[in-house]
Amino acid sequence: MIIPAEYISLLISIVYTAGVVVFVLLFVLLCNWLERKISAHMQDRLGPMETGGWHGWAQPIADAIKLLLKEDIIPAAADSKLFRIAPYIVFMGSLAGFAVLPFASNLIGTDLNIGVYYVIAVTSIVVIGLLMAGWSSNNKWSLYGAMRSASQMISYEIPVALALLVPVIAAGSMSMNEIVQNQAGGFWNWYVFKTMPFSLIAFIIYFWASLAESNRAPFDLPEAESELVAGYFTEYSGIRFAFFFLAEYSDMFVVSAIAATVFLGGWHAPFPFLSFIPGIVWFVSKAAFLVLVQMWLRWTLPRLRVDQLMHICWKIFLPFSFVNLLLVSLWVVLKG
Amino acid sequence: MIIELLTQIIFWAFVILTVGSAIVVVFSKRIIYSAFALLFTLFGVAGLYVFLAADFLAASQLLVYVGGILTLIIFGVFLTTKLHGMSIPEQTHQRYLAIIPVAGIIAILFYVFFSVDWFAHASAAEPTTKDLGKLLLTTYLVPFEVASVLLLAALIGAMRLARPREEDQDD
Repeated sequence: MIIPAEYISLLISIVYTAGVVVFVLLFVLLCNWLERKISAHMQDRLGPMETGGWHGWAQPIADAIKLLLKEDIIPAAADSKLFRIAPYIVFMGSLAGFAVLPFASNLIGTDLNIGVYYVIAVTSIVVIGLLMAGWSSNNKWSLYGAMRSASQMISYEIPVALALLVPVIAAGSMSMNEIVQNQAGGFWNWYVFKTMPFSLIAFIIYFWASLAESNRAPFDLPEAESELVAGYFTEYSGIRFAFFFLAEYSDMFVVSAIAATVFLGGWHAPFPFLSFIPGIVWFVSKAAFLVLVQMWLRWTLPRLRVDQLMHICWKIFLPFSFVNLLLVSLWVVLKG
Repeated sequence: MIIELLTQIIFWAFVILTVGSAIVVVFSKRIIYSAFALLFTLFGVAGLYVFLAADFLAASQLLVYVGGILTLIIFGVFLTTKLHGMSIPEQTHQRYLAIIPVAGIIAILFYVFFSVDWFAHASAAEPTTKDLGKLLLTTYLVPFEVASVLLLAALIGAMRLARPREEDQDD
């Protein structure tokens, strides 16, 4: 019996999707452990040490089981319909970004010719999910958290998009695969170095703005523990809280992976002689390195105030990105 | 075979999502449900754009309508309802007077529906971004610029309105 080709391609896409979901789960487990260990060591503590023996490696597994078994509490005064679906919308929005991430030259969900634009577009679903969570909890901290989060994410979307346009203009394409292919042959061809200094500026702006996009410190105002308890997920527990947690960490990976794709050469090795190592290793390690930097920053920098947050976005990032965009366009035109 | 079947299933899922959530938008008695149901309507329409091979338009639909306009609507609802009084009275007024504009809109929609050749074939393989970009900067440059100037004026106007007046400031 010969299996028709379309069945095989269908099977491949199902396996790929399942693989991505498993990857996200494992990555979040690992990050959970790493974040606690890193924060502990930066604060001269040890962090989890007991569960599983070596440096508490099984702590995230225990935590995951705990979250799965915990009672799913829905506050009596909450709007239970919206309260129930909000975490899934948030997680869906952040998982949708994985569809266009090029893990290796032939390992990509779908190589849309508007890949970069697609990622920026699907993140806007997350905003609505957060607003839904914050409002339906019927709690002032949740609502404040959601409104901060929404205003922060829609403000920082603009510098993110403008910064991503710089390598898009240099590559002449919005397809993730094509952008990566343009960066072949050593780290000096990566966009972060290739079109100096424009794309370096764009990279810096993108990285900081993406921290705000994924609600990470120093831009973690939406969940500021010291003022808002836990922001938009204050009322959530059990599996629904776990979905917010998953969404936050998979968001961190998505923004880092996009930075790795468009600025740091994607699956390409830093030196041509190292290209015997498979592309997926390079891609994941570049993204993981940026995630590590995000954690490092979280435990180093204090949280900003709301007005400082807006000041940085509208008065620093935005003018710089516009000038940068104009200059890189001019550069591309002059280069011909 | 199976791919076609799946495509059909996904297409009809998007159709049901769009129409079903649109019904909630129109008939819900609570404005916040209408606002959130609009998310699914807009998402469903974006999905239908993908079926028409208009990928750029689909992404723009999400970015502009979900990311911008819907967020604005929800903010509007948040800022006009009290946090604890979760229901604001929403009623239907002037039912019979409303028939006139609605009939007009239906007439226009029917006219468009019957006067357009709907079977223009879109080829899925062709990227639309290049042509769109060229058209926006050549043929449709003036409408494009007029729209952006209008939006800029609205932005500046909104900021002027939101800022406290000079004499109110005390520093």
